[in-house]
Amino acid sequence: MALLDIENVTRRFGSMTAVNGVSLSIEAGEFFTLLGPSGCGKTTLLRMIAGFDPPDGGRIVLGGQDLTHVPPERRPVRTVFQSYALFPHMTVAANVAFPLKMAKVPATEIPAKVDAALEDVRLQPFANRFPHELSGGQRQRVAIGRALVTKPSVMLLDEPLAALDAKLRGEMQIELINLQKEVGITFVYVTHDQTEALALSHRIAVMNEGRIEQLDEPSKIYSFPANRFVADFIGECNILSATVTSCDAGVCSLELAGIGTVRATASVPSLRPGVAGALALRPEKIAINTPGQPAGGGDNHLTGRVMDFLYQGDVTIYMVELASGNRLEAMRPNSASGRARFFDVGDAVDVSWKIDAGHFLVD
Amino acid sequence: MSDAIHRQAAARAKWLVAGPPLLYLIVFFAVPTLLMVVASFRVAGEFGGLAPLQSESGGWNLSLESYARFFSSTLYLQLFAKSFLYALLTTAICLALAYPLAWLIARSPKRYRDLLLLLVILPFWSNFLIRVYAWMIILGPEWALARALNGLLGAFGFAPVTLMFSPFAVIVVLVYVHLPFMVLPLYANLEKHDPTLLDAARDLGAHAWQRFRHVTWPLSLPGVFAGSALVFIPAFGIFAVPDLVGGTDGIMIGNVIKQQFLEARDWPFGSVLSIVLTVTALAVTGLAALAARPRRSAA
Repeated sequence: MALLDIENVTRRFGSMTAVNGVSLSIEAGEFFTLLGPSGCGKTTLLRMIAGFDPPDGGRIVLGGQDLTHVPPERRPVRTVFQSYALFPHMTVAANVAFPLKMAKVPATEIPAKVDAALEDVRLQPFANRFPHELSGGQRQRVAIGRALVTKPSVMLLDEPLAALDAKLRGEMQIELINLQKEVGITFVYVTHDQTEALALSHRIAVMNEGRIEQLDEPSKIYSFPANRFVADFIGECNILSATVTSCDAGVCSLELAGIGTVRATASVPSLRPGVAGALALRPEKIAINTPGQPAGGGDNHLTGRVMDFLYQGDVTIYMVELASGNRLEAMRPNSASGRARFFDVGDAVDVSWKIDAGHFLVD
Repeated sequence: MSDAIHRQAAARAKWLVAGPPLLYLIVFFAVPTLLMVVASFRVAGEFGGLAPLQSESGGWNLSLESYARFFSSTLYLQLFAKSFLYALLTTAICLALAYPLAWLIARSPKRYRDLLLLLVILPFWSNFLIRVYAWMIILGPEWALARALNGLLGAFGFAPVTLMFSPFAVIVVLVYVHLPFMVLPLYANLEKHDPTLLDAARDLGAHAWQRFRHVTWPLSLPGVFAGSALVFIPAFGIFAVPDLVGGTDGIMIGNVIKQQFLEARDWPFGSVLSIVLTVTALAVTGLAALAARPRRSAA
């Protein structure tokens, strides 16, 4: 049985349905992420698990206990708020001791537990500082230490890294993964940042307009998006409208309007000819070459012209206009030092990709 | 070289910024206080006011007589203690009444807040004396309050009481007059509280009372302190309210100070009483500020 069961939970604000019949099960020890654009309902769902928002329908069950009508202060879950919400009038140690005092832990046991939690988040030297005397990353760690000191069964994290700069965010991501492994607490993590979700999670639920669009492991979500929304939201993706002409053992021939026929995989094993959908194609899986050169093992070939390119340091992204007028983004690593690009605007190019690089999405 | 010029310019800028407020404090605070201190060592004039600083014989006309008079009898110290208690009681009642009110205003929808605040300061729009006279009627023997109370007391076989011209009336009117001075700083403080802190406290297991005790209350201490100072200091030295509604029992130190200046015409002694009043009020607020400072203890 799963640790946390969310059963058909709905939450409405006036005429707006923020969360619409969401069901999911989270296993003990899992790092589970709710990912979606702002307004998709991920934060509302988190607040319902924490108990701040009552669901209009459905149940939230934790370890066999129905929490739906239990107030937040009596739930064995802890939230790490986006703004950290540290008590400004208390030192780091007093902040971490707060939930222990509320739980009426004997005063003699509190210092040792606070010490252990501060060690988990590497903040022991800062125990006597006030929050305003700490950096953003340190405050973040206080919030996490305060949340895990009572060893809750579930920790809820609401965009905890959003306020940090990019470099610190990367460091904190690694710390979070290690910390979660160490303490073994189930994490439910909310973010709108897909790279963060892919990097941290065991499983991701991609949400949109109050529903779950796809729930799977990060690599499955990235490689086999379930629909146009997920393909578009997670990473960069070329999406071309397509119709199935034939299908055999998961490999389909697709007719791309005005472009021609290509072959791609599909998540549904057999599709009848005539089914409409879209071809999802990641830019890094498209090889871009000078026409006529032997292409490196591509199964699908198209020709086009470079319209624009974005130099990003490690890679350059080329916008290629196909003969049909459709555009494709292709990415090529700049492996040679000092090299900014392989092609210039206006160059004729060959684009190619393998069968399993493309993925057909049924509409 | 240029470093020295910069330093000079910085020093000049510092004086330009600090100068005007400093001048203000000197003119309106330091000089009057100094005058009062000097007056306390001088001798009363024959017909009131102060005797000339230099006597006809050429000596200085200074004496410690007024201080000696103050400390020679417990009468004035008792009066100070009583006034102190009245002011303390007024502050405590104001705090108890104003805190929930300020909290409710701070938590009400934004569009109502200005209106509610306006209602709090609305009494200031009518004259202070008129408002005190209104209380004289409300607490008077002919009005419904005293009649109902005495009717009730009579029914249980108790003697009737008078509400007016008593310490009770003084406290009631003092609370009424000073209440807005407690509400406004409390509101200004409570309105700034981050509501996620209460969410966090709740999430960490604190029930309603604990959230107040450990989060709202300690964070509101600067407001509590500001409001208490704004109520306690003027209430401590007030004379108009006890004059009007206090009768003989409700007299406070402010009345005596006023008497020294206006009726007894003993300015030096009035100055001594004023200095004791100021020093006591300063000491009390200073100690309170010290006690309200956040500490680095883990508790």
